[in-house]
Amino acid sequence: MREVLNGNEAAAIAARLARVQVVPAYPITPQTVVVEKLADFIADGELDAEYIRVESEHSAMSACIGAAATGVRAFTATSSQGLMLMSEMLFVASGLRLPVVMTNANRSVSAPLSIWCDQQDSISVRDSGWIQLYCENNQEILDTVLQSFIIAERTLLPVMVCYDGYILSHTAEPVDVPQQNEVDNFIPPYSYPYSLDPDKPTTVGAVGIPAHYTEFRYMLHEALMDSKKVIAEVGKEFGKRFGREYGLLERYGSDDADVIIVTMGSLGNALKDVIDQRRRRGKKIGMVRLRSFRPFPGEELVEAVGNAKAIAVMEKDISLGSSGGLFLDVATSLSSANLKIPAIDFICGLAGRDITPADIDSVIDETEAAAKSGKVGKPLRWLGLKDVEVEE
Amino acid sequence: MTEKKKLKLGAVITEPGSTEKYETGGWRSQRPVIDVEKCKLCGQCWMYCPDVAIIKGKPYKIDYKYCKGCGICAHECPFKAIKMVEEKK
Repeated sequence: MREVLNGNEAAAIAARLARVQVVPAYPITPQTVVVEKLADFIADGELDAEYIRVESEHSAMSACIGAAATGVRAFTATSSQGLMLMSEMLFVASGLRLPVVMTNANRSVSAPLSIWCDQQDSISVRDSGWIQLYCENNQEILDTVLQSFIIAERTLLPVMVCYDGYILSHTAEPVDVPQQNEVDNFIPPYSYPYSLDPDKPTTVGAVGIPAHYTEFRYMLHEALMDSKKVIAEVGKEFGKRFGREYGLLERYGSDDADVIIVTMGSLGNALKDVIDQRRRRGKKIGMVRLRSFRPFPGEELVEAVGNAKAIAVMEKDISLGSSGGLFLDVATSLSSANLKIPAIDFICGLAGRDITPADIDSVIDETEAAAKSGKVGKPLRWLGLKDVEVEE
Repeated sequence: MTEKKKLKLGAVITEPGSTEKYETGGWRSQRPVIDVEKCKLCGQCWMYCPDVAIIKGKPYKIDYKYCKGCGICAHECPFKAIKMVEEKK
C-alpha cells in the first residue's frame, strides 16, 4: 500500500514489519520520530516488543547488545551526538558479532552545535565493524531496514542504515509499504548461535589476549568483506519479491560517462536531475552512488568508474587533517587497480548547507577541466566556501 | 598462517570453567615464599589472595601456576611469614 511517509516514519514502520522484539530508545534530533513511532506501535498493540527508556545512547546500544545476545531481535535509532556517545558500544556489538540493526539520521557533529544534515557522524565511526548502508530516498530507507535484518543475521554483523537528516528524515514522499505477511515470508525469525541460556553457560565478552586478539580482528574484517556478497544477494532477493532491486552501489549514466560523480545518500537524487539535464545537452556525465560504505565495494567501484576521464567525489564529511572519508577509499580503490584517473574531492553540504544545481554545475565544470588537462591541481576543495577572515 | 586455531565467532566461550586452562603464573616478577616455621595456618593469605592461589593444608602452599606475584599475601600476613623473592628467569 502506498503511503505518504517521511524517512523516520519509513524506518519505524520497517522495524515494526520486521517484528523487532526489543527497542532501547533515547530521543535525539532528527531521529526522534523513529522511536516515537515505535513507542506508539507498542502502546497501540501493533507491535509486540519491549520498549526500554534508557538514560543515554551508550545505554541504548548496551541494551541492544544484551538483548541480541539473549536471542531476540533488537533495534534502535540515533543521530550525531547520540552516535558519538554510543561509539564505545558500537565496537562491542560488532566484536561480539551481534546482529543489531540501527538507523542513523545523519546529522553534523558539534562544535559548532548543529542539528542539520551532514554525514560526519556515521563516517566518524566507519572503523567500528558495522555494515553501513546509505539511502537515497524514503522508499530505500524502508526497503533497506527490512533487508538489514536479514543481512545482519546472516553475517552476524550489526548494520547501520544511514539517511540524511531533514532532507529525508523530515520530508514526506510516497512510499510503498509491504503487507505484514509479505515481510514475514521475507525475513526469517531471529536466530543467534550463542544465545545466552542458563542451561548452556556461555561467556560473552571474554578477554582477547595478545595470542588471540589479532585473529578475532581478522575474522571480523573478513566477515565484513564477505558481507558484500550477502548485501548484494539480499538486495536481489528483495527485488524478486517486492520489485525494487538493490546492490552495493547504484550506477546512473556512468557506463559511457567522461565525468563521474561519486557520492552517497540523498544527494544522488539531485544529481540525477542535473545529470539528465547535462546529458540532454550531449554531455557525458554519470554518477555512482555508493549504497554500502562499509564494506567498501572497491572492486565494484573500479568497475563502474574505470573508463571515466575524471572523477569527482561529493561528500558531506571531512576527515580533518586528511581529506574526505569517502575520497580516501575511492583513491585507495583506484590506486589498488593501478588506475590513474584524476579525482577531486568536494566537501559539500556540511550542516545542511544546500547543494544547489549551480553548485553541482561547478563541480562538473571543475572536474571536466581536470579531465581535459589530465591534472588535478588541488585535490581537496570546499564547495561554496566563503572568504573568511579571522577576527582578532 | 603457522598455527591452526579453532576460534568461536565474537570470542564467545561456550565451555564453562575454561579460565582454569589459562595459567597466569608467567606474569610474576616476584614469587611469595612461605616460611613454614613462622606460619600459624591462620588463613589470612588464603582469604586475601585474589587468584585463589593459596592452597590450605599443613603446611600452606602456593599454586605457582596461577599466582601472579601481586604480594598481597605477604602484605597481609600477620606473622610476616611470607617473603617476596625476585623471580629468576
